[in-house]
Amino acid sequence: MMRLPWFEYRAPRSVAEAARILAGEGPGAMLVAGGTDLLPNMKRRHQSPSTLVALRGVDELKAVANGAGLQLGAGLTLTEVVDTPAVRERYTGLWQAAAQVATPHLRNMGTLGGNVCLDTRCTYYNQSYEWRKAIDFCLKKDGETCWVATASKRCVAVSSTDTAPALIALDAKARLASVGGTREIAIADLYRNDGIDFLARKPEELLSAILLPEANGWRSCYWKLRRRGSFDFPVLGVAAAAKLAADGTVEAARIALGAVASRPFLVPKAGEALVGRKLDDAAIGEVAGAVASRAKPMDNADMNLYWRKEVVSAFTTYALRELRGDDMRAERLRTARQALAA
Amino acid sequence: MNAGVEKGVAKAVTLRRNVQIELQVNGEPTEVSFAPYKTLLELLREDLDLPGTKHGCELGECGACTVLLDGEPVLSCLVLAVECAGRSVETVEGLAQGTRLHALQAALTDLGGSQCGYCTPGMLMTAKALLEREPSPSRERIREAIAGNICRCTGYQQIVDAIESAARELRAGGETAR
Ligand SMILES: Cc1cc2nc3c(=O)[nH]c(=O)nc-3n(C[C@H](O)[C@H](O)[C@H](O)COP(=O)(O)OP(=O)(O)OC[C@H]3O[C@@H](n4cnc5c(N)ncnc54)[C@H](O)[C@@H]3O)c2cc1C
Ligand code: SF4
Ligand code: FES
Ligand code: FES
Repeated sequence: MMRLPWFEYRAPRSVAEAARILAGEGPGAMLVAGGTDLLPNMKRRHQSPSTLVALRGVDELKAVANGAGLQLGAGLTLTEVVDTPAVRERYTGLWQAAAQVATPHLRNMGTLGGNVCLDTRCTYYNQSYEWRKAIDFCLKKDGETCWVATASKRCVAVSSTDTAPALIALDAKARLASVGGTREIAIADLYRNDGIDFLARKPEELLSAILLPEANGWRSCYWKLRRRGSFDFPVLGVAAAAKLAADGTVEAARIALGAVASRPFLVPKAGEALVGRKLDDAAIGEVAGAVASRAKPMDNADMNLYWRKEVVSAFTTYALRELRGDDMRAERLRTARQALAA
Repeated sequence: MNAGVEKGVAKAVTLRRNVQIELQVNGEPTEVSFAPYKTLLELLREDLDLPGTKHGCELGECGACTVLLDGEPVLSCLVLAVECAGRSVETVEGLAQGTRLHALQAALTDLGGSQCGYCTPGMLMTAKALLEREPSPSRERIREAIAGNICRCTGYQQIVDAIESAARELRAGGETAR
């Protein structure tokens, strides 16, 4: 058996209490929600927190609130997110992203907050302790060299969260709570392009909710590339959202990429280039090319690097075609084995 | 800070000492004491003498360790045992009634849905949860539901066949097939 290291287990009942424990324990403490990312990492000794602050018993983190937009508690499981009608009907991109995370069992366990705060991944990192020891570890944990880019002073491990690019395209906000109070930031600003220090969250803060703006005529979608139709982390995620006028003219658009850098990011120029145009093949082709030029995947995830880069333009095309109303079920079944029609 | 919060509500587990919890295992109220770093998988196999639940990858990647926690399929290798206090766990050991196999077990046996058998306990628990929620799932739904359970032997067809057949059996009212 691969054992977890020893830790002290704390089970706060409220956000305020969790924040207080985090502040009191300092950097040795880590939050655990579903544990589907943290516990495998602890078994491989990527993280060995002295205290685990468990969020399972914090009911506030399970709240769903309809208002001007939609507020989703960070503690909702991905199954609960997928089963929320408002998500499926109004925030299709998030629905498609959450539905494609891992497997049904992992979605029953894993939470939205854990997904947003997911550790970055790399073929030289997501390995057992012995495996990593045999290569003298790496920059991200216990070592000095980055084996992906040996001259690099920065770890280039990949952001592998599926929901984050969808949330960026949807212009969502993250609510962070600490003993000092709460703050809300654009979800894109939660991320830093650094495989080690990849979140702008302060150590004493916890993510309490995701706030989605009013859907108000916006439509959205998410396209995920992975080897198998289940289980696998994304090696590319393309999220697109657009607001179309009655005649199909784009009034606003946002396109975000995941799994091609240490953070998920918006490609602002791509969205802007679509404004005032119809989503015809010419416009889609131009924008797909522009999006692809922004993707700089590294050779530290599954599948061939150059092919992964090529797929960016194809997946952006699929995403924009889906937004204009094309029936993309055949392409979805071919590439992901799931139709995902909302 | 927040004056409304009571002091000392957090339940701390003292370092390097066993914890004791009560939970339901296959319908039986059970009390168990164990090292707090243990997962539910370790608890079942090592402390509760229930080795029917298999350990494969221990990292969430195979589904061999699937059990039902409050009726929902989860991976026991990634569930902290301390978080099971007061909850209900169902494992493969709870399926048969004495010598009478559960309809799913009988169908897997009869239709070649179990070869080496390593994936079988997890597959059975996943299928049980599915049929409790959806008594007549399509083949597509069955495939989706077992997407987190890897089988290296059967090629899955026989497993899907067996779940379909057991679903028919259970709908017809037979608790078991033999
Ligand atoms: C086999 C396998 C396949 C997977 N496939 C995918 C996939 O395809 N796509 C994908 O996106 N993910 C995948 N995952 C990762 C994971 O299952 C999901 O991302 C899940 O949503 C993580 O949520 P969790 O609640 O389990 O996180 P946890 O493991 O509990 O936490 C993950 C991290 O987030 C932090 N955290 C948790 N909650 C909060 C909070 N409220 N505030 C601040 N920090 C917090 C934790 O401290 C930890 O660092 C996979 C995992 C496995 C084992
Ligand atoms: S990108 Fe480099 S430093 Fe980061 S995990 Fe991979 S090998 Fe290690
Ligand atoms: S042993 Fe739990 S998923 Fe493989
Ligand atoms: S029967 Fe051997 S792994 Fe499924």
